[in-house]
Amino acid sequence: MAKIYIENIPYEVADGQNLLQACLTLGFDLPYFCWHPAMHAVGACRQCAVKQFKDEADTKGRIVMSCMTLAEEGIRISIDDPEARAFRAGVIELLMTNHPHDCPVCDEGGECHLQDMTVMTGHAYRRYRFTKRTHRSQNLGPFVQHEMNRCIACYRCVRFYQDAAGGRDLDVFQWHNHVYFGRANDGPLENELSGNLVEICPTGVFTDKTFKRHYARPWDLQTAPSVCGHCSLGCNTIPGERGGRLRRIRTRFHGEVNGYFLCDRGRFGYEFVNSARRVRWARVKQKEVPAAEAVAHVAALAGGGRVIGIGSPRASLESNFALRALVGAECFYSGLAAKEQALAALVLEILREGPARAASLHEAACADAVLLLGEDVTQTAPLLAASLRQAVLTQPIEIATKLNIHRFHDAAVREALQKEKGPFFVATADATKLDDIATTVFREAPEEVARLGFAIARGVQGDAPPVVDLPPERRQAAGLIAETLRNAQRPLVVAGVAGGSAEVIQAAANVAWALCAAGVPAKLLLVLPECNSLGAALLGGGDLEAAAQAVRSGAAETVIVLENDLTRRAGTETVEAILSAPHVVVLDAIENATTARAEVVLPAATFAETNGTLVNNEGRAQRFFQVFEPEGEVRGSWRWLGEIEQKLKIKNEKLKIDSDGEEKRSSVPQQSWGLQRQEEAERFDEVVAAMVRAMPELAGVVEAAPGAGFRVAGEKIPRQAQRQSGRTAVPGEASAEERSVPADADTALAFSMEGYAGIPPAALVARYRRPGWNSNQAINKYQQEVGGPPRGGDAGKRLFDAAGLREKPYFSTAPAAFVRRAGELWVTAAWHVFGSEELSVLSPGVAELSPEPYLGLSPEDAAALGAKDGDLVELRIAGGPAHRLRARVRPALVAGVATLPAGLGELAAMELPAWGKAVTIGRTEGGAA
Amino acid sequence: MERPLTEHIRAEGEPPTLAEYERTGGYAALRQAVGKMTPPEVRAAVAESGLRGRGGAGFPTGKKWGFVPTGPGESRPKYLVVNGDEMEPGTFKDRRLLEGDPHGLIESTIIAAYAIEAEVAYIFVRWDYQTAAARLGRALAEARAAGYVGRKVAGSDYGLEIYFHVSAGRYMCGEEEGLLNALEGKRPTPRAKPPHPPVVGLWGKPTIVDNVETMAWVRHIVGRGPAWFRGLGRGAEGGTKLYGASGHVRRPGLWELPMGTTAREIIEEHAGGMRDGWSLRGFLPGGASTDFLTAVHLDAAMDFGSLEQAGSRLGTGAIVVLDDRTCPVGFVANLTAFFARESCGWCTPCRDGLPWMARTLRAIEEGRGEAGDLALLEEQTKFLAPGNTFCALAPGAMEPLTSALRLFREDFERHVAEGRCRYGRAGE
Repeated sequence: MAKIYIENIPYEVADGQNLLQACLTLGFDLPYFCWHPAMHAVGACRQCAVKQFKDEADTKGRIVMSCMTLAEEGIRISIDDPEARAFRAGVIELLMTNHPHDCPVCDEGGECHLQDMTVMTGHAYRRYRFTKRTHRSQNLGPFVQHEMNRCIACYRCVRFYQDAAGGRDLDVFQWHNHVYFGRANDGPLENELSGNLVEICPTGVFTDKTFKRHYARPWDLQTAPSVCGHCSLGCNTIPGERGGRLRRIRTRFHGEVNGYFLCDRGRFGYEFVNSARRVRWARVKQKEVPAAEAVAHVAALAGGGRVIGIGSPRASLESNFALRALVGAECFYSGLAAKEQALAALVLEILREGPARAASLHEAACADAVLLLGEDVTQTAPLLAASLRQAVLTQPIEIATKLNIHRFHDAAVREALQKEKGPFFVATADATKLDDIATTVFREAPEEVARLGFAIARGVQGDAPPVVDLPPERRQAAGLIAETLRNAQRPLVVAGVAGGSAEVIQAAANVAWALCAAGVPAKLLLVLPECNSLGAALLGGGDLEAAAQAVRSGAAETVIVLENDLTRRAGTETVEAILSAPHVVVLDAIENATTARAEVVLPAATFAETNGTLVNNEGRAQRFFQVFEPEGEVRGSWRWLGEIEQKLKIKNEKLKIDSDGEEKRSSVPQQSWGLQRQEEAERFDEVVAAMVRAMPELAGVVEAAPGAGFRVAGEKIPRQAQRQSGRTAVPGEASAEERSVPADADTALAFSMEGYAGIPPAALVARYRRPGWNSNQAINKYQQEVGGPPRGGDAGKRLFDAAGLREKPYFSTAPAAFVRRAGELWVTAAWHVFGSEELSVLSPGVAELSPEPYLGLSPEDAAALGAKDGDLVELRIAGGPAHRLRARVRPALVAGVATLPAGLGELAAMELPAWGKAVTIGRTEGGAA
Repeated sequence: MERPLTEHIRAEGEPPTLAEYERTGGYAALRQAVGKMTPPEVRAAVAESGLRGRGGAGFPTGKKWGFVPTGPGESRPKYLVVNGDEMEPGTFKDRRLLEGDPHGLIESTIIAAYAIEAEVAYIFVRWDYQTAAARLGRALAEARAAGYVGRKVAGSDYGLEIYFHVSAGRYMCGEEEGLLNALEGKRPTPRAKPPHPPVVGLWGKPTIVDNVETMAWVRHIVGRGPAWFRGLGRGAEGGTKLYGASGHVRRPGLWELPMGTTAREIIEEHAGGMRDGWSLRGFLPGGASTDFLTAVHLDAAMDFGSLEQAGSRLGTGAIVVLDDRTCPVGFVANLTAFFARESCGWCTPCRDGLPWMARTLRAIEEGRGEAGDLALLEEQTKFLAPGNTFCALAPGAMEPLTSALRLFREDFERHVAEGRCRYGRAGE
């Protein structure tokens, strides 16, 4: 700790910080633009000036930039000094010489950091009387709106985009007061994290283009804490709604998970909630019916016995559990195809039973040596890329430390580091968007990637299983990597299930475990495909093939499918078997190929319309909360299923009384939530409690967020911003009538602007707004220390930790070497941030950036097939039907391996990798015939 | 009077070839340095000479060299950079050395690199200096062929590679750290100090950046000793200085004169005094970013210490004369427009402050000035003070303006009050 003096009053602050951060942590309001807690200081904007005094006797002092000055022991400063105040107002005045006075029509208005800082400094009247410089703005694609005339040149955008996100296509152009932040030409931003520009930009240069299309003033948005559902990382979000439409997604700060950022799929993939394909009303046999009738119908079916439930890795734990409770554990199926299920189970086994701890994104960023096996995580878990880009600086930072350069001094640190990168080894079949920071890149088939991993593990610990027939140079490379990882303090091994290879995941585990055995606290980061994949693995149940078997054998007559388009998950044979059951009940939010086949369809709530818990890839249970009351008879699946069970229970009790226990129905669940009254069956906390009772390993779910009874000073947490204009303004476009506030018995949040106005626990933070701080920079005020964890700690609860060193043996068998087959291709899945995920692709912008289905070919294989880029080829996998695809020549792809985009159209359910045969059937117009 | 820097520079035609250069004693100092002296000895000689940087700031060169880490565990490689990005308005001294004596610069560069134990040296030349670039390129090839540059400098164990780089052509490329960024292929924005370049410089490694004229001295100091150097100056500061004079003087030009020669001598004797019918109202003693001096300062010695006492700076030693028929408002409006244009756009006061001032000055010049404009300008000159901005560009730009507002106040006031220029169009 250091003692610093502000206005001659002593304060204790943490060591090694700059004055700006220290002052903000102490609660002082000091304006700034170019500094960002995640990106540190560069001293460009000169907004955070304070007066520094040599000692007590010094009354003159000198202006210093607080962001560039160490808050060192004994330093004396004044924030309030008239000269410092005048200087700060002067900086704003200069920024305003070119800033348009378009706040009333600017999308940033009302949550603009520049507005806040302008008010804070007191600059009000414009003295500049000349014309403003103007720019031509660019079309940056479907997500980010560009309005360069508003730019105050804080340089945050390029620093984030290039330094933090690794993007190359956004840069600074031009000179003096014409500096231009944009692309060389119009065109979609290429980086997967581009949407963060919207929140990084302190004013309205970069705004959310999807929000613009259905804009609402930020203070008119109803918001709630939420969790992203578009990958397994579980980034924390704040969705905003007005008038029954979800309008946008913003970041909710989480110290361990996503920090200040989100990826573009998470930020812009929300529009499926507003889709015209939403299921709004219950229907039985293609006919819309009242909810009660549908519930009674399903209860009757379930009461008839021979009912199975098929869960989903994109549905909450609670909805999955409600289904499991309804049908009974033995009749509950996970909703995953056999292979996917095995992979998810493998990941769970590794994380729970092995000695290596699952890394959070923050921990990943702190790693000092990284091994990445088999997956381009920029496409499957995009925000992880930002952590890894930070991790490669962990070791080089030492260079700066030795030169006495403080970490907060970002520009100096980067000058000292230059292009120095810490160890980062990448082994994949095709190029990844992280290759630019890799120490060494290995381009290999998945089997060879796994073999390399096994060999590295062996190199770390001699008792790890060997790899036979490994070429000497590869063995040597593995040895070098092993040595590097062993010498690291916090090594990290990253892999994922996207490649469909259990061996790659096992190899990753072996490496991490060998390191742990060698006394190096290695962490593992395993990426899963969906937001609740690990939750699904925890809940267990048979796979889809087993479910199909149950239907085929006649053991199941009624199938209840929870939020799961089976046609995307399993082969036609399996899906047809399941959907041929006499009765198919589907709960889902979006019409799809499975709802089309259902006897009963129940309109399920999306993440924005109900509450639930998701388990991310590190085993962290996180709660998302209902943002708004949806239109139609949309309910959370857990609620539909609870109502069905309740109905069934009443019926059973009646039956029991009637027949005095003479007949026991085999498939009717014996478990019950033990509820006395029907209304209680609908309480969310009760579902959680029942789940935890049934599955004690999920005990942590209760702590993921405060329950419905939580109050601060007797008050709930409001979902709406406190405003002067009154509550009727919110639905004002439709009606000026005073509406009653919908009750929310399930959570500690209220559908109202009334309630506790202070800072709630992180899990209940519905917005960032404090007096004078209307932009997301108010996050500062919600943290214990600026840039550090939230007040009261991070949201969510890890459900398990790594086991001790003892029992878990290594995975013993490295796969055999990859052998190419003449005339065949080893077809693997290529994941795309836009397109591979089921729901986000319903957002127009995501759809626009999704690739057309294609077959990725190595140059060698393309030549052998006589296929040029863009040619039509016909692919047959394992003798299956022919698929016509465009060939895409992938320069880095390993020969003998081909790629198919994951999750696209008819290819979605394809089980990969698999052997396939391709023939070239035609040329494109532009191709050489 | 000795003129070591320019004595072999020809008024016309190509500069001396390697053979010609060697005939006049060229590369002898280099052989002496790498053959008979240790790097610390060379550093000591330069430090003892009291040589101060001729780029404008006047920092003692030997002291700067002393900041370079040496000894075990030092950061490698180390770099020497010769700053020939001469873009200060009114200044054309380095051009003379670059065009007229490329071998002299190369020899000095090698010795200086040896002194700081650098492996690589860069000579960074202003984009517009194409003639200099061509001549330097030829000389460098000759020096390399003769074994002065390369793995074994003059047959010694010392190895040095010299690259020469032509700037992209912006004023900020000549700022020490902007130059380093430019060399690295980045935008030439300044860097935050500390760390200073001698510790963290080019590519993050220890780097010394010296001006061409400063560098040119090194071979002479090594060859003839620090005492000789100190004896060249008239006052406390040693050596000679390349002084220039421009404006409405009879013979604008450049002269190598003892350090501390008075402005009067330079303007009245060497430049031949003012043209007939024009008289001196003031002058910028050292390029565009120094404070105006007036006739009362004509007898001040043109050295770092004396001019600071007079309220200005030696800067580059390039005198720009303001006469009685040229409007000072237009004069500083032009200068400020130049600095506004050359701001790199990194920090707010410079990027957005200078254009506002430039436009205000232009408005005043053109008769569109308003009451309060002068107060605003004065306020802004204080606002753009050293420390308030990221680098020295804007504070430098304030020097002529601040002093003009003080010295030629009446002209500004009449411009605003009368809405016209009493001189007619400037210079007519």
